[in-house]
Amino acid sequence: MDLIVSRPEGLYCPPGDFYIDPWRKVDRAVITHAHADHARAGHNHYLCAAAGEGVLRARLGHLNLNTLGYGESLVHNGVRISLHPAGHVLGSCQVRLEHQGEVWVASGDYKVQADKTCTPFEPVKCHTFITESTFGLPVYRWQDDANIYTEINHWWASNAAQGKASVLYGYSFGKAQRILAGVDSSIGPIVCHSAAQALNTAYRASGVNLPASMLVSEVQDRQVFKTCLAIAPPSAQGAAWMKRFGSAYSDAFASGWMLLRGSRRRSNVDQGFVLSDHADWPGLMKAIGATGAENVIVTHGYVNVMVRWLQEQGLNARSFVTEYGGDQAADDLPTETSA
Amino acid sequence: MKAFAELFTALDSSTSTTHKLQALVAYFRDAPPEDAAWAVYFLSGGKPKRTVPTRTLREVARNVSALPDWLFEECYQAVGDLAETIAHVLPLPLAPAHDLGQGLAHWMEKRILPLRTLPDEERIEEVQRCWMELNAQQRFLFVKLVGGGFRVGVSKLLVTRALAQMGGLDPKRVATRLMGYADASNRPTQAQYLSLIAPENQGDVSQPQPGVLAGQPFPFFLAHPFQDGIETLGAVSDWLVEWKFDGIRAQCVKDDGRVWIWSRGEELVSEQFPELCAAFEAWPDGTTLDGEILVWVNDQPAGFNTLQGRLNRKLVSKKLMQDAPVVFMAYDLLRLNHCAWVDQPQHARRTQLEAFIDTHRAHSDHGGLPRLLLSHCVATSHGTWAELETLRQQSRARGVEGFMLKHKDARYGVGRTKADGVWWKWKIDPMTVDCVLVYAQRGHGRRASLYTDYTFAVWETPPADAAQAQAVAQAIAAGEKVEETTARGLPRLVPFAKAYSGLTDDEFNQVDREIRKHTVDKFGPVRTVVPTLVFELGFEAISLSNRHKSGVAVRFPRMLRIRTDKPLHEADSLAQLMALLPAEKTT
Repeated sequence: MDLIVSRPEGLYCPPGDFYIDPWRKVDRAVITHAHADHARAGHNHYLCAAAGEGVLRARLGHLNLNTLGYGESLVHNGVRISLHPAGHVLGSCQVRLEHQGEVWVASGDYKVQADKTCTPFEPVKCHTFITESTFGLPVYRWQDDANIYTEINHWWASNAAQGKASVLYGYSFGKAQRILAGVDSSIGPIVCHSAAQALNTAYRASGVNLPASMLVSEVQDRQVFKTCLAIAPPSAQGAAWMKRFGSAYSDAFASGWMLLRGSRRRSNVDQGFVLSDHADWPGLMKAIGATGAENVIVTHGYVNVMVRWLQEQGLNARSFVTEYGGDQAADDLPTETSA
Repeated sequence: MKAFAELFTALDSSTSTTHKLQALVAYFRDAPPEDAAWAVYFLSGGKPKRTVPTRTLREVARNVSALPDWLFEECYQAVGDLAETIAHVLPLPLAPAHDLGQGLAHWMEKRILPLRTLPDEERIEEVQRCWMELNAQQRFLFVKLVGGGFRVGVSKLLVTRALAQMGGLDPKRVATRLMGYADASNRPTQAQYLSLIAPENQGDVSQPQPGVLAGQPFPFFLAHPFQDGIETLGAVSDWLVEWKFDGIRAQCVKDDGRVWIWSRGEELVSEQFPELCAAFEAWPDGTTLDGEILVWVNDQPAGFNTLQGRLNRKLVSKKLMQDAPVVFMAYDLLRLNHCAWVDQPQHARRTQLEAFIDTHRAHSDHGGLPRLLLSHCVATSHGTWAELETLRQQSRARGVEGFMLKHKDARYGVGRTKADGVWWKWKIDPMTVDCVLVYAQRGHGRRASLYTDYTFAVWETPPADAAQAQAVAQAIAAGEKVEETTARGLPRLVPFAKAYSGLTDDEFNQVDREIRKHTVDKFGPVRTVVPTLVFELGFEAISLSNRHKSGVAVRFPRMLRIRTDKPLHEADSLAQLMALLPAEKTT
């Protein structure tokens, strides 16, 4: 029996009568993580990982919300539900469903690399595994984080020495905090766009240790704008918010897409740092292998490529069309969201 | 290799000219001259002959990475660059190369160029050995250097400026010395590099300047497109007006008893035009003329198609020389008796050119045909701009592109500059046709992953009405075979041109979305699209062609605009396209 099917509202569990990360309003929703394409407003009941409560509330406000600690379970309509760390962002989880001896895991978004700001990915044995495929091409292989932070620190320090701000674009939820936790804060002051700062507050409240960061409105000494690291969402590029850095700033983009020259050049920034909250190709393969699943269902990203490759590896692979990852439905157009 | 790879990254990742210039100067300052010699060669567009065929590189990379062919192809399509794809799919490197610290010259001369003469198997082994010693970015460069496809976002002008800064020289002097440096036949050396940045000879003009070689051309002076009202140019009498021919821009140089012919891309093309080399042998040494190579038949230029047939041939047969006889239409004199004339005003150079041609026309023939022609001035008999505008209407009938307007006091500048006076190209408007987008392919480089390369079609016969055109679109959307559609009495769309330029980034994004929405089928990288988008396509010329299904070939096709106002059935027909063919050539 299929424990998860694809419905116009989202991924649905028929025996349990609830949805996972639905994109239309439903009665009961299990939320894998609080990114906008996965956690939408307007459902009657929410369930998420306890570690994700703060960020989910910070994004969606008042909710009828239940939480589960990682590894804890509850039974709903005969389906045992437990949540397991996905390593994507703070509070992200994989949803494990068990019903009449059958086990399915929906992983939402995940990465297998270590990340100081969230609990690391944990492989969960199952019969059927639902995986994302954002970077589902063999060209995508991430370096060790430490190398990337060394690059970022070097860039920041050399800009600061020249009296220029270092504006680093990255997704406000997850990427911004990971950068904060990873950089060498002794280089200079750190300024955050309000979109990122709201999440920083939620992270700190959840017990994640982040270096001090301030809003531009809190900056007293204008010298700060000549030496700081400024973390902002990609939408700030070219916006009025940038004016305070004058014309001499250097800008950069932190995203997995920055691996390729074409995307780097299209983004029109001085630097690209390859830093992603999604699994790279080896990471996807490792995660899929570790589940021991015979059936794999591929969602958002390089869907066709992953399905064909997994089939050739002898797995029973197919796909679900979802509305995750912006408007890139089962195609090859990378969008800059949550990468 | 490491230093050059770092320079490449600095140049590739920056969008600022100042940063690029700083990076270049810093590199030249620190690099040993033998490495700098190769760096200048590559940065100014040098492409040595490919040492390993691209196909082999691809095959070996695919084997080493153990990817199935389809998956390698998917990667290539997403990345949009073969070298970059290879760099990212190979297994991670083992240990850094023992000679990674060695410079570019070492890598070129000891590891890359010798590949060309190795037997196949050894060559493949050596390529793999190199790959496994390099990181992703160095591999990318290695493949580019091996495959002859190196390019980076640096203009030759910027390289010139960096070298000028190094040597404390006038950039124009460096540009002159750089001419021919990046030619495929040149193998850059330390001595060559040092003479690029050597101080100038002061005073003694009889001594040759350092870095100036026999047969070396001058940097080409380039014209600007003229788009303003013609009255802004002032008095007609200040201008030299000539017809603008659509040929191969070239400089013919006579030195040391030999003739050199250089194309605008600074390639030595003498071997492709043996009849011109033979015809100009009698010129005095120390001569350089600028002009246009044309195929000349019945006292007028043949279409560019004919000239194209003469390009890039290793051997030029007698028959080809007879069928497509070439001439050199001279319009400027840059050097005479070893004396540079580039700083003389246009009118003085013109007078000297006319005198030169008077003297040498008679013995500049070959095979019974005169090979040296003078580009005529048309201004003298037509005193007003209005008269010229009328005369310009004859351009198409005369097989030319419009007028060249050269200021009489202009010096012969370096590149596309207005600092030394100006040359305008006053072209006639392009021919246009409204056509339908039928296939799309992803672009490369900056446009990788975006659908930006399009194939356009016109109606073979015009549809009777909108409904009929819609029926064709529906048949294509349903995947019906063309034969079945035409059997139902519906018209067919005939592809005739490909274009990938002319739209803004926003427009490309918009069209990309439409293409993804309306894809019917994929053949490899090509998408068949439901015909919905009508474009106005512009092109410079049109000629009959048996290599194209439509029977015609167009020159420089580009998108002028998206015709959202134009319904599908109002796109032009093949007959309308054919009507644009030059009258005497339709038979």
